[in-house]
Amino acid sequence: MTKKNPEYDFKWCPGCGDFGVRRALEQSLNKRIVDLEEPIENTVVVAGIGCSGNLVHLLEGVQPYGIHGLHGRSLPISLGVKMSRPELNVVVVAGDGDFLSIGMEHIGPQAQRNLDVCVVVMDNAVYGLTKGQSSPTSDLGMITSSTPYGKIEIGLNPLRLYLTLGVSFIASALSSKIKNLADLIYQGMEHPGFAIVHVQSPCTVYNDTFEVLKGNKKKGIAPIAWDIPDDHDVTDWKAGVNLLDNGGIPIGLLYSSKERVTFHDKIQSEKLPVRDVEQLFNTYKV
Amino acid sequence: MKKKDFVVRFAGEGGQGFLSAAQGFASANTTAGYHSQTFATFPSQIMGGPTWMQARIATYPIHTRGDELDVLVVFREEAFQNHKGELHENGVVLYDSEKLEVSESIRKLGLPFEKIAKSTGNARAANMVMLGALATLVNLPIDILEGFVRKRWGDVSRYGETIVPANIKALQLGKEEALKSSFSVGELELPSKPTYDQILLNGNEAIALGAMHAGLSFFIGYPISPATSILVWMQKYLIGKGKFVYQASSEIEAITALLGAGYSGVKAMTSTAGPGFSLMSEGLGMGWIAEIPLVVVDVQRGGPATGLPTKTEQSDFLNALNPAHGDVMLPVIAPGTVEECFYATIAAFNWAERYQGPVVLLSEHSLSERQQNIIRPDLSKIKIENRDIYRGDDEYQRYQSNKVSPMPIPGSSGSYVANASEHDGVGDTTHLPHRHVEMTNRRFSKLSLLEDGSYESENVDSNIVILPWGGSKGPAREAYDRLVKEGYSIGWAYTMFLHPLPPDLLSILKDKDLVLVPELNYLGQFSSYLRGLGINAYSITQYTGLPFKVVDLVEMIKEKLES
Repeated sequence: MTKKNPEYDFKWCPGCGDFGVRRALEQSLNKRIVDLEEPIENTVVVAGIGCSGNLVHLLEGVQPYGIHGLHGRSLPISLGVKMSRPELNVVVVAGDGDFLSIGMEHIGPQAQRNLDVCVVVMDNAVYGLTKGQSSPTSDLGMITSSTPYGKIEIGLNPLRLYLTLGVSFIASALSSKIKNLADLIYQGMEHPGFAIVHVQSPCTVYNDTFEVLKGNKKKGIAPIAWDIPDDHDVTDWKAGVNLLDNGGIPIGLLYSSKERVTFHDKIQSEKLPVRDVEQLFNTYKV
Repeated sequence: MKKKDFVVRFAGEGGQGFLSAAQGFASANTTAGYHSQTFATFPSQIMGGPTWMQARIATYPIHTRGDELDVLVVFREEAFQNHKGELHENGVVLYDSEKLEVSESIRKLGLPFEKIAKSTGNARAANMVMLGALATLVNLPIDILEGFVRKRWGDVSRYGETIVPANIKALQLGKEEALKSSFSVGELELPSKPTYDQILLNGNEAIALGAMHAGLSFFIGYPISPATSILVWMQKYLIGKGKFVYQASSEIEAITALLGAGYSGVKAMTSTAGPGFSLMSEGLGMGWIAEIPLVVVDVQRGGPATGLPTKTEQSDFLNALNPAHGDVMLPVIAPGTVEECFYATIAAFNWAERYQGPVVLLSEHSLSERQQNIIRPDLSKIKIENRDIYRGDDEYQRYQSNKVSPMPIPGSSGSYVANASEHDGVGDTTHLPHRHVEMTNRRFSKLSLLEDGSYESENVDSNIVILPWGGSKGPAREAYDRLVKEGYSIGWAYTMFLHPLPPDLLSILKDKDLVLVPELNYLGQFSSYLRGLGINAYSITQYTGLPFKVVDLVEMIKEKLES
């Protein structure tokens, strides 16, 4: 499928970070087609609900398979796809409310199993589609429509969470650095195990953080995003934890361990002979 | 005249081992050619608590566990007090005289089971002493039980050489003690061995086997009474290349994983009970709107919320029919016997594949725990259906028609989006009014593909018909037979296909003055649905956590007939 249906009328707002994420995902999928000679039909993009989830309908060019699922449930849906058809390339696209609030319960189990899917989280620290409520990654004290006197919860550090839960590939990116993001998503798809590419994808309407992330010399604003140094050892979990202690938003590959076996390669019963119903009937024979 | 059937109840405390003794007793009798059905009820705990199990043995096929007890076997005082009221007037209490005293002047036989067992060198053979005495009370040939002992513990490498002779000795000692007493509850007629092959299993095992035969390759479930044994069975037996079985982290994970698996082209199932089924609501709604084949087994238990985890009830029907928000009405199949559990599961998969959507298989606690001998299914006669798969080029409009359309499978051409939002032909989100109308009509029209369910009917010329559903079929059938024998003019109708109902059955029922629906819930759920279809249905309800007794049902039906 290459042509989109004209009935579809959803649009991201001008300047939305999700445009960059879409472009990066398209580039990484095209790279698979060229480099791996993998047909686009071999990829399934599983989306959650929110502005981010609409990415599955907005992809341009050749179309992968897609599921636009339920709020918070993109991970277990992707589990169903991957574990029934391990040969497929499964990508999850989700937002911070979708993935880290209602969907939080599903991250830990997939990390423990090392489910071989690549998740692209679009984090704008706000619920955009419902017009600007606070999300888990909104800062303490942030004023939003649902926190008119300031947010009471402390902001969640998702990268620290992923490290703690045992996610085996963790990357952090900016939606505006498309080439770098496309490269990280490609690596995440190629990673044998559970990969999360966490993207700062600002909402220009309710929480425009472009300037905060990238800084503005003229205004004297220092950027909070900074590049992970080249000499960072991505296989060293402790080094990843220490890196986060520097604060701000590190950009690049934070952690990657290929030592753990993937979920589908761990299923031992796959190697046993299939049981026959007639033979099982015999065990119940009167 | 010799007896044709015999009911024994074992009552005591969980962990005393008599549940397996009772199952062994039923199993030994079916081997000898009798028909058997067991029933068990216990509290929601592992050790201790009042537990009881009943076995009915008969020379003919039976529908229920039996109302009155020929023998009550008790292991503690409280059990005796709770159950003595259900003894038949000629019934005998067999009790452990080291654990309780029975001073009442009823027919009773007290034996020191453990003390006698110790003399065989195996103190754990107390249940064998009990079974030896029990068999003697009904003149059941002791060699039937000896055969069971040899089969159960005959593996010398596993159990050693002493258990079989010790247990056989224990059976003999129990028999001798019982012979010393003068009691008998009447001699049980010898069975005629069936000419067909039989298997003995419970409802959950029958569901699991049915699913496997239907082609299940993806099972995910969360432990919950009384459905857990399906998950455990699957972990053990649904193995080999291409098979995936897993314990989910929640029922929400289970149902949403089924969405991904069903979308990807495999036959997928989960099993749960009321609380888990409630958590699956939103996922079932997505299965309906995105048109994804999957099967959910709800083994009903009692009450709302946590309710009665280990008791039986038929109170999830309306929830199975309309589990989710928005316009949704799922196909529902409810087996009424262990045998039907097997065939209903295959039918559920066939329906899911045919109409491309979720199907609910509604079982219940009493079936999950019921062991019953059934005719071994002839697999060569069972039709297995698979979904219509799209094999064309790209640019496919998967949802662009007013009927079911071939389903593309990832990895092949025909990519589309399975969307939980209202969508257009390729699955992209749309809000256009005419699209919502078209798509809603499309989804409901597919239900007409499922109007092939079978049904039973007898005496339906009568103006009044009894129509039970699910596990109430057995008691209702015996009640019906008694009422007909007593000269009442009533008819019988039954189907396990609750939605959509077989159209011919629907038109029969619409013509009746009154359709009586025995069901185990307060609301009268099935009859309210039938009234919505234009049937004058009236429920006969019970909500004790236990199945109907035939004698009670006969009285309740008579009351209604005579009013």
